[in-house]
Amino acid sequence: MIAFNKYYNHFNLLSSVLIVVSLLLLIFKGLNFGIDFKGGTLIELRASDSKINVSSLRDRFNQMDLGDVSVKKFGNDTDFLVKFENKDNKNNIIEEIKVNLDKSFGNNYDFRRVENVGPKVSAELLKSGVIAISLSLALMLIYIWIRFEWQFSLGAILALFHDVIVTLGVFSLFSLEINLSIIAAVLTIVGYSMNDTVVIFDRVRENLRKYSDIKIFELTNISINETLSRTIITSATTLLALLAIYFFGGEILKGFSLAMILGVVFGTYSSIYIANTVLVRLRVSQKTVLREDDQNKLN
Amino acid sequence: MLYFSKLRILFITLFSVLFILIASSNLFKFDDDFFDKKINLGLDLQGGSYLLLEIDNEPVIEQKLQNLTTTIRNYFKEKNIKINNIKIDNQTIFFNVTDKDKQSVLDVFQDENSDLNPYYPRFKSHQLEIEDTGLNLKVNFSRQGLIKLKTSSQDQAIEIVRRRVDEVGTNEPNILKRGNNRILVELPGLDDPMRIKSLLGKTANLTFRFVTNDENDRFGVEKLKFENGLEEATVSKRIIISGENLLDAQPKMDTQANQTIVSFTLDRVGAKRFGKATSTGIGKQLAIVLDGKIISAPVVRDTIASGSGQISGGFTFQTATDLALLLRSGALPAPLEIIEERTVGPDLGQDSINAGMIALAIGFMLVIIFMFVKYKIFGLITNVTLIVNLFILLGVLTLFEATLTLPGIAGIILTVGMAVDANVLIFERIKEELKDETNNILAFNGGYTKSRTAILDANITTLLAAIILFFMGSGPIKGFAVTLGVGIFTTLFSVYFIARLFTSIYVSRNKDKEKLI
Repeated sequence: MIAFNKYYNHFNLLSSVLIVVSLLLLIFKGLNFGIDFKGGTLIELRASDSKINVSSLRDRFNQMDLGDVSVKKFGNDTDFLVKFENKDNKNNIIEEIKVNLDKSFGNNYDFRRVENVGPKVSAELLKSGVIAISLSLALMLIYIWIRFEWQFSLGAILALFHDVIVTLGVFSLFSLEINLSIIAAVLTIVGYSMNDTVVIFDRVRENLRKYSDIKIFELTNISINETLSRTIITSATTLLALLAIYFFGGEILKGFSLAMILGVVFGTYSSIYIANTVLVRLRVSQKTVLREDDQNKLN
Repeated sequence: MLYFSKLRILFITLFSVLFILIASSNLFKFDDDFFDKKINLGLDLQGGSYLLLEIDNEPVIEQKLQNLTTTIRNYFKEKNIKINNIKIDNQTIFFNVTDKDKQSVLDVFQDENSDLNPYYPRFKSHQLEIEDTGLNLKVNFSRQGLIKLKTSSQDQAIEIVRRRVDEVGTNEPNILKRGNNRILVELPGLDDPMRIKSLLGKTANLTFRFVTNDENDRFGVEKLKFENGLEEATVSKRIIISGENLLDAQPKMDTQANQTIVSFTLDRVGAKRFGKATSTGIGKQLAIVLDGKIISAPVVRDTIASGSGQISGGFTFQTATDLALLLRSGALPAPLEIIEERTVGPDLGQDSINAGMIALAIGFMLVIIFMFVKYKIFGLITNVTLIVNLFILLGVLTLFEATLTLPGIAGIILTVGMAVDANVLIFERIKEELKDETNNILAFNGGYTKSRTAILDANITTLLAAIILFFMGSGPIKGFAVTLGVGIFTTLFSVYFIARLFTSIYVSRNKDKEKLI
């Protein structure tokens, strides 16, 4: 048996630091919103001429008075991602850009993807993204509150907040782009992290009923160990699937799979070191679950 | 938990085979209609264009208010009720009433049978709202009135948009209403939406009006620019004919002048008015105005009574074709703005499919190898289940002709990764049971029963996330929610029926074996 409980305090401290740092990052550095949430235009461009590179593209685009232009390599040497604000939301901007690029590069390039999100739509997308995440947290809270005692709900929700905040913190730290698929990833993380927590909680509750003489400090450790191989195997297979997406699923899914990978790691960690420690700190005992059982019987 | 009746086994087998067949209809051609279904590929996979258009209703509202002032003025004049100083300011109609007439004016607006202010019994609301501010009254659209106005302009606009898109002839366009002032246009297979965008961006409001020098024209005048933006002309506001009078418009080559023109045919009313105007207006310039810009202003040389004519304006064949198309399909009730556009080229779509499939294959292999190494014979059972699960998932998606997107493929891969969870929970539980239970069959029963709540909880939480994503997400993300959500059901089915069937067969045959798992 691994003594996870020996490090409860250490990891609680670490998690607190992680959350505080993440929050500070989110407040002061903010998130790198993509055009989905900030509005603007994105062009994925493939070049068939080595003359076309980041600097020559940047030169060209900067001459076109498009506001803030960012040019980056995208995946391999011939693919580029160009983003700009397109403040006036001009509809024929793409045509103008093509005419302009034709002058310098002939037709040795190809627009593989064009996305243009107006300011109104991006504001709405951001709003619905925030609503979606809040709603999922609320739903999870309600679900776990129905299924478990409040101490458990608190533990699970704290673990969820931890996972979401720290994952977003990592995205802020490395200025990774937040787009619609990241919101999808965060929601899936919420589901996954909850899943992981619930499996351990289920065992904690079962053990609480079984043993009246074991303190919660020990009992959580027993439960974690009993479910440990499941935790490891499920995390491992999920991570294997995600790594396959990250390395082979193409550039578009990179951000999504990275967020998910982080989420699975944090989710697994938080189930053990946040959700359970909340139970310990709230001094959950056999009485906690039995009281609830009695109530259920009365009802 | 381990017993399966023959009927049940038959049912499970039939069900699985059915969905495997449906899934494989994506690869083979079946004669039968039921099996000949295919998963739709999202725009991000097959390439295509997604456009979200917003109707700018401001001009419509202003026009309606303008018309309303006339109606109101005439209405009360007829009834001998005195109102004066009627004017529009900030999208509100203001007018003054006398103390004596005030109540009767208010009554007219609040009467449920009022023909001035229609009443919608279903919404318990009038079209217009009147606000009593002393002797100065304010009239405005009510909330319902505004909604009615917006939906009706949306209905008209979507019709025109459909006509224009159909005229360009893309395959299977998808044109849908969004809210009460937006239109969604999905154009699969179209990698250069430039032409459609420019066609949709034009209101195509065509009018024929005389150029005049008389500043005191009875109908009022306005200065309009020519299409080339250089010249200007003063044009009467009196409309001789408008786009509504057109029956047909076609691009043509004028061999004499060697230029491309748009020839048009007028309806009866239009032909009559055009004939009359051209007979009285010989020598005058007739301006052809499209969306507030003069295309050309030819001099009337002869009476045109045939009801057909032509527009010249330095067109190329392409611009003439587009103008003819716009005129044929009619004017939009209000300008449209493209507020969101997402276009994916077909080769990027194909690349995404390839990458997705490779990721799926590799993810699948990794999981299968891992499970086999970890659980041996039970790993094998899990793996067979996993394969069947994948087929059933694809079968369900095919059956409902769901749309598969790139995030959707990610959802399938993720399902593969997470699907083993339920089996792992069961197997681990069985292992635990076997520690104090010597009877293999009892241990297996215990494993299945005791893991059930955890499995249910775990899947419900993921399902909740998927449901929220489905309702909040757009396009590609919805595809992810669908595969993730459907994947949960197929996983539970394959774990509790298929995997359990295999396990039960194996366990009953090896019930006396020392180390089972």
